[in-house]
Parts: sequence; structure tokens; C-alpha cells
Amino acid sequence: MRQAIPLAAAAVLALAAAPAAWAQAKSAAEGIAEYREMLADGNPAELYEAKGEEVWKTPDGPNKVSLEKCDLGKGPGVVKGVFVELPRYFADTGRMQDLESRLVTCMVTLQGFKAEDIVNDAFRKDEKGDVEAMATWIAGQSRGMRFNLPQGHAQERDFYDMGKKAFFYRGGTHDFSCASCHGQDGKRIRLQDLPNLTGNPGDGIGFAAWPAYRVGNGQMWGMQHRLNDCYRQQRFPYPGYISEVTIALATYMGVNAKGALSVAPALKR
Amino acid sequence: MADPMRIRAQAADGKATVRVLMAHEMETGLRKDSSGNKIPAWFIQDVTVAHNGATVMTAQWGPSVAKNPFMQLAVKGAKAGDKITISWVDNKGDKRTDEATVS
Repeated sequence: MRQAIPLAAAAVLALAAAPAAWAQAKSAAEGIAEYREMLADGNPAELYEAKGEEVWKTPDGPNKVSLEKCDLGKGPGVVKGVFVELPRYFADTGRMQDLESRLVTCMVTLQGFKAEDIVNDAFRKDEKGDVEAMATWIAGQSRGMRFNLPQGHAQERDFYDMGKKAFFYRGGTHDFSCASCHGQDGKRIRLQDLPNLTGNPGDGIGFAAWPAYRVGNGQMWGMQHRLNDCYRQQRFPYPGYISEVTIALATYMGVNAKGALSVAPALKR
Repeated sequence: MADPMRIRAQAADGKATVRVLMAHEMETGLRKDSSGNKIPAWFIQDVTVAHNGATVMTAQWGPSVAKNPFMQLAVKGAKAGDKITISWVDNKGDKRTDEATVS
């Protein structure tokens, strides 16, 4: 018996060591997840959250007014919980709006800015940069909450259907659609996993992971920038900033992501 | 003054772990813009960390430090309520100082 116990212990140790050797060969997804975890402390998105909060509260524009009375869907000035319910229908403008288009509406109606000026800014610059910073901050105010886009209004349902159509629409030089990359489970481009956006891809994935700070180019991207780049990657013409197709796609993905945990503002490679 | 830093300091086991995220472009001077012109070098050169007024760390950074640098350090003997002050000066002479209280 005395002899057998050390042998058994050695056997257990050997068994324990073997999985450790196997664990060396971790998948690309796990490697990326580990890298993101290491960077998560000190996500530069926090710098944009701080900037966004400051922009929201600072009087600006020809009317020299702050945005603290802006209604993002839950009443004037309410920022907590609005991110996970956008895009939605707004009675005052009579249309579907996402976070960035709603911020532009407020900058126009409250502060006196011109919408075309903001729409024509380059991404991350000037007033559009301010919109993205505020979107980053407002997204952060819904940290830990789950997506729950409303579908009560007819336009909300229509935009879901429009978004679905746009998602599957093939075109451009390569005959791509969003579905070409994001229409199936378990696909990847090189080492980048592609979430299936026709359903709920899981907590903090896909729609639930933007706005995000991209470490590779040191840029803070909002959902509008992300969608713009999707079109670029498909070799389509660029969609208009805050145009209906972008809001329809966001509605489609957002409704599909119902129940998913938001991790915005997130961190990307 | 430039954009604010985000500093977090937590005391545990006789030392405080200080984490700071600095907002800075950190241009190396070697990148080219869309017209082919080099973007001038612009980076943090000197970093100082002080604990209740006394300097505990100085650093000399160069262009190899990445954009929006994140730094973590442990300050021995720091307890809850102590003041941690972090300042930086960049190669253009711009500077920033921020303070945080150890929690």
C-alpha cells in the first residue's frame, strides 16, 4: 500500500502535466481573449468616455447650450440605460434613430449646429469626433446591461425588416453581402473570428462590442464608423453617415442581440 | 494643459498599486501623412510620480512608447488617503499633472 500511493500520486501528476502541455497550444481566439484581458485595465476608451462626458456638459454651438436636456429615448438628460435600447423610434422627429444620429439631432435643435457640417466631418474629427466621444461615454453608462431594443412601433419593426434585407443584399465588385462574412457560425477571416449576426452571437460580441477602441490604429470607433468600414471591406460605396441603411442594419443586429450583455466601450486589436 | 490622465490607486499589503492612463498621441516622427510628409515627433519625455509630495519615480520616455500610454507601478508604504501626483512633460514643452487619492 505504501508503494502504491506514491505511484498513484505520480500517475496523477503525470495526468495533470499532460493537459498542461496540451494547454500550450491554445486557440487563436483564446490568445486574443487573453491579450484583451491584459489590456482591459487601462482601456484608452476611458479617455474618450471622460471627453464625451465633458462635451455633453459643456455649452457649445451657436446657441451656447449644453446637451444636458437631450432626449435619447428615456427622457431629457437621461443617459443611463439608453444605449441598450437604440436604435428606436422617436416621436419628435418621427423616425428611427440610433445613438449618433440622435446626438446630431440634439446638437442641431439644442445647440444650433448644422447637421450637414457634422455629417461631412471626417470620422474622429471636430464635431463628429465629439459625437463619437459622447457615444462612447453614453455606451459606458449602460455597462453591464443587456440589449433590449423596442419593437412596439411599426417603424421599429419595418426597420428590422429593412435591416435584414440590407444584411443579405449582395452587391459591389465582389458580390458581397454582410451575410457573406457574418451569416454563419464558426467562420473566420485569417485569425479574426466572425460572429454570426443573424442571431445572438453572445455577450459582448458583435453589436454588443461597439463603440470600441482599436489598439492597432489607436482609434476610437463608434458603430457608424464600424458600419462604414464594413461597407469599405465589401468594396461597396460608403453609406451616408447616420443614413437609414445604417440605422436599419443596427436595428436588425440590435434586435437579434436581445439579451446579450453590452461590454461597450470595448477594446479591439 | 493637455487632456486629463485617469489615475487609480489602491492600497493593499503595505503598498499602493497605481494605474495611470495618459492621453497622448505619442508620434514617433517617422510616420507619414497622406501627402507623404513626416508627421513631427511629439511624445512624452519626462514622467514623475510623487507620493505625498515626495518624488518616488522618474522616467525618461522616448518615441518607442505607444499612443495613450498605460503605466502601472507599486508605491511602497502608501496607504489609503495618501496623495499620488503624476506629471509629464513632452518634447514640445506641453505638460500635464493629475492627482489621485489612494483608496
